[in-house]
Amino acid sequence: MTVHITTPTADKAPPASSVGVMGWLRKNLFSSATNSIFTLIGLVLIYKIVPPALNWAFFTADWVGSTKGDCTSEGACWVFVIVRIKQFLFGFYPPSEYWRVITSFSLVGVLVAWLLIERTPKKGLVAAFTVFCYPIIAYFLFYGGSFGLPVVETHKWGGLMLTLILATIGMFCALPIGIILALGRRSSMPIAKTMSIIFIEFWRGVPLITVLFMSSVMLPIFMPETWQFDKLLRALIGIIFFQSAYMAEVVRGGLQAIPRGQYEAAEALGLSYWKTTFFIILPQALKMVIPGIVNTFIALFKDTTLVLIIGLFDLLAVVQAAFADPKWLGFSVEGYVFVASVYWVSCFSMSRYSQHLEKKLNTGHAR
Amino acid sequence: MSKSSKKQFWWNNAQYRSLFFQVLLVAMVAGFFWFIGSNTLHNLEKRGISTGFAFLSQKSGFGILQSLIPFTDADSFGRTFLVGLLNTLLVSVLGVIFATVIGFTMGIARLSNNWLIAKIATVYVEIFRNIPLLLQIFFWYFAVLRALPSPRQSWSAGELAFVNIRGLYLPQPLFDDGFGYVGWTFVLAIVATVVIARWRKKRQEETGQQFNIWGAAFGLIIVLPLLVFFAVGSPLSWELPVLKGFNFRGGVTIIPELTALLLALSIYTATFIAEAVRSGILAVNSGQTEAASALGLHKSKVLKLVVIPQAMRVIIPQLTSQYLNLVKNSSLATAIGYPDLVAVFAGTTLNQTGQAIEIIAMTMGVYLTISLTISAIMNWYNKKIMLVER
Repeated sequence: MTVHITTPTADKAPPASSVGVMGWLRKNLFSSATNSIFTLIGLVLIYKIVPPALNWAFFTADWVGSTKGDCTSEGACWVFVIVRIKQFLFGFYPPSEYWRVITSFSLVGVLVAWLLIERTPKKGLVAAFTVFCYPIIAYFLFYGGSFGLPVVETHKWGGLMLTLILATIGMFCALPIGIILALGRRSSMPIAKTMSIIFIEFWRGVPLITVLFMSSVMLPIFMPETWQFDKLLRALIGIIFFQSAYMAEVVRGGLQAIPRGQYEAAEALGLSYWKTTFFIILPQALKMVIPGIVNTFIALFKDTTLVLIIGLFDLLAVVQAAFADPKWLGFSVEGYVFVASVYWVSCFSMSRYSQHLEKKLNTGHAR
Repeated sequence: MSKSSKKQFWWNNAQYRSLFFQVLLVAMVAGFFWFIGSNTLHNLEKRGISTGFAFLSQKSGFGILQSLIPFTDADSFGRTFLVGLLNTLLVSVLGVIFATVIGFTMGIARLSNNWLIAKIATVYVEIFRNIPLLLQIFFWYFAVLRALPSPRQSWSAGELAFVNIRGLYLPQPLFDDGFGYVGWTFVLAIVATVVIARWRKKRQEETGQQFNIWGAAFGLIIVLPLLVFFAVGSPLSWELPVLKGFNFRGGVTIIPELTALLLALSIYTATFIAEAVRSGILAVNSGQTEAASALGLHKSKVLKLVVIPQAMRVIIPQLTSQYLNLVKNSSLATAIGYPDLVAVFAGTTLNQTGQAIEIIAMTMGVYLTISLTISAIMNWYNKKIMLVER
C-alpha cells in the first residue's frame, strides 16, 4: 500500500477583471451591451447637466454687492437673494422686533431638541412645558400686546416665519383632533363612527385650495357678524380641518396594527375604555405612527405654499412678489432656486429622520 | 340580587352610556349646523345676496383662455362650470398618463443593476419629491416657458410644429366624410379582440391548448382599420399652423399654462409613483422569483406571471391615492391662470356673481364625486385581486 500525499495547491486569484475597480465597473456599469449603452447615456446626461449647473450656481456666480449692477458675471446673481434675505425670512415684520421671532423659534428649537435627543433628563416636564406654556409665550412674542411688547398685526407676518408658523400650528392642533377622529372611526358606536367617516372622507376628498377658498370666503358668512377673523386665522382653521383628516388616517393605521390581544388583555384586567385607550393602545399606536406623522408634516410643510393663492405672504409668495421690483427684474430663477433649496433641505432631512425613526422604533409586533 | 341591580346606575350600563354619548354628539352637531345656518341666513339677508342656483343660467360675460367645447362670453355661468370641469379633467387625464409612464420607468430604474442608472433615478426622486408642487409649477411657467422665443423666432420641427412663448402649435387632423367607418371598424375590432381573449382563456383552461393572441389583436386593431381607411379613400387631412402677423393661426394650440401645469404635475406625482412601484417590487419575496425559475419559467414569464401580479397588489392602492392627489393638485392651476374648475368657477364666476356658498359647494362636490368614485372602483378592484388566505 502506498500512501499518496497531495499538498493542496493554493487557490487561484480571481481574474483581474472581476475584482477591484475594474471588477466593480464591469459588474455595475458594463455587465451587458444594453447596460453599457444605458451607462453611456447616463454619463452624457450628467455631463450635460451637472457642470453647467455647478458653474451657474457657484463658480461664475456673484455673491457680493447691493444692486443689480454688481451682478456682472454670467452665473447666478445671489446678490438678489442676499439683499432681500431679511424680507424672505420675516416678511414685513418690523426689523426692530426681529429678536422676538428669533427668540421664539430658538426656544422651540431647544425644546424640540431636548425631546428628540436621547438621555436628556426630565423629558415629561419639558414636554408639558412645550405643549401648555410654549404656545402662550410664542403668542405674546409673535403678536405682542402685553409685557410692553408692541402689537405686530398678522398681515405683517410673512416669509419663512409665516411658513413655519402655519405648518407647526396646523400640525399641533390637527394631532389631537386626528386622534379623536381615528378613535371615533374605530368606535363601536354607529353614529360616532359614521360622523367620523363623513368628516374624514369629506376633507380628504377635496383639494386644499378649495378648503382655503372656503375658509376665506365662507367663514365670515357662517359666523356672527361681530366675530372678526383675520386672514391668517381663517387660513389656519382651513388647514387644521384638512390636516386633521389626514392625521386621523395615519393614527388609524397605528390603531389597526395593535394586536387584538392587547385589547383583550386590558379588558381582562378590568380597565375601562378610556384607560385602555390612554394607557395601553395609544402609547403603542402613536409610537408606531411617528414616521407617518412626520411624513404628513412634510406634506403639510410643502402645502403651506398654497396660502399665497388667498393672499398670505409665505416664503414663496414673498419671493414671487420680489420679482416684480423694477430694480431687480429677471432674477426669477435665482429666487426659485433659493426657495426650492430651503424646502428641499428641510423636507429631505425630515424624511431621513423619519426613516431613521422607523428603523429605531421597529420593535413592535412584527414576528 | 334585586338589591344589587337597584344600585347599578344607568351610566354604568355600557348600552345606555353609548346611547347617551351618541345623542349628545348628534345634539352638538345639530346645534353647530343650526348656529351656522342661522348666521348664514342673517348675513346673506344683510348683504342682500339671494340664494339658489338661478345664476347658472345668467349670461357670463367673460372669455376663457382654453375651452374644449365652444364657449363665448354670451354663454351662461352654467357653461363656465362645464368648461372648467372639462379643462380639469383634461389636465388630470394627461397628467395621470405621463406620471404613470415616468413613475414606472423611474421606479424600475431605481432597482436597476446598473449602478449609475439607479443613482440617477434616486436623485430624480429625492429632488422633485421634496420641493413643493406650487413652486415647481411657478418654475416651469415663469422661469422656463417665459424664456422661450417670441412667435417670429419660434423653434420649429420641420414646419409642422412650432414652439414659442405663446405656446406649442401642432398640426390639427381634419376628418372628412367616411372617417366614421374607420372609427367604427376600430371599435368593433377591440370588441372582437376581447371576445377572442375570453375564448382563448377558456380554451386554455379546458384543453391546455395555447393561442397567441398578439397576432390576431394586431391584425384586428391596427391592420383592419388601416385597410378600411385606404378603402374609403384616406378621409383625413392635416391643417398646419401658419405664422400670420404676430402669431400662428390654424392647427392645435397648447397654451403654456397647460404645458407648465402638466410638466409639474407629472414630474412631481411620478416621484411618488416611482416609490410605490419600487416598494411593490421589493415586497415580492425573492423566494417567489427563485421558485418560479426553479420551475423552469423563462425570465419574462417569471416577471409576467409571478412578480408583477404580486407587486400590483402593493402598487395599486398607492397608485390610486397618487392619482387622486394628482386630480386634486390640478386645482393649483388657478395660481398660473390655467382655466380649470377652481380658476374659472370658484375664481372668476364667484367674483362675478358673489354666490359663494353655491359655487364652493358645487366645486367641492365635483372633487368629492371624483375622489369617491375612483376610490370605490379601486376598492372593488382591490377586493378582486386580494390575496385569498387559507
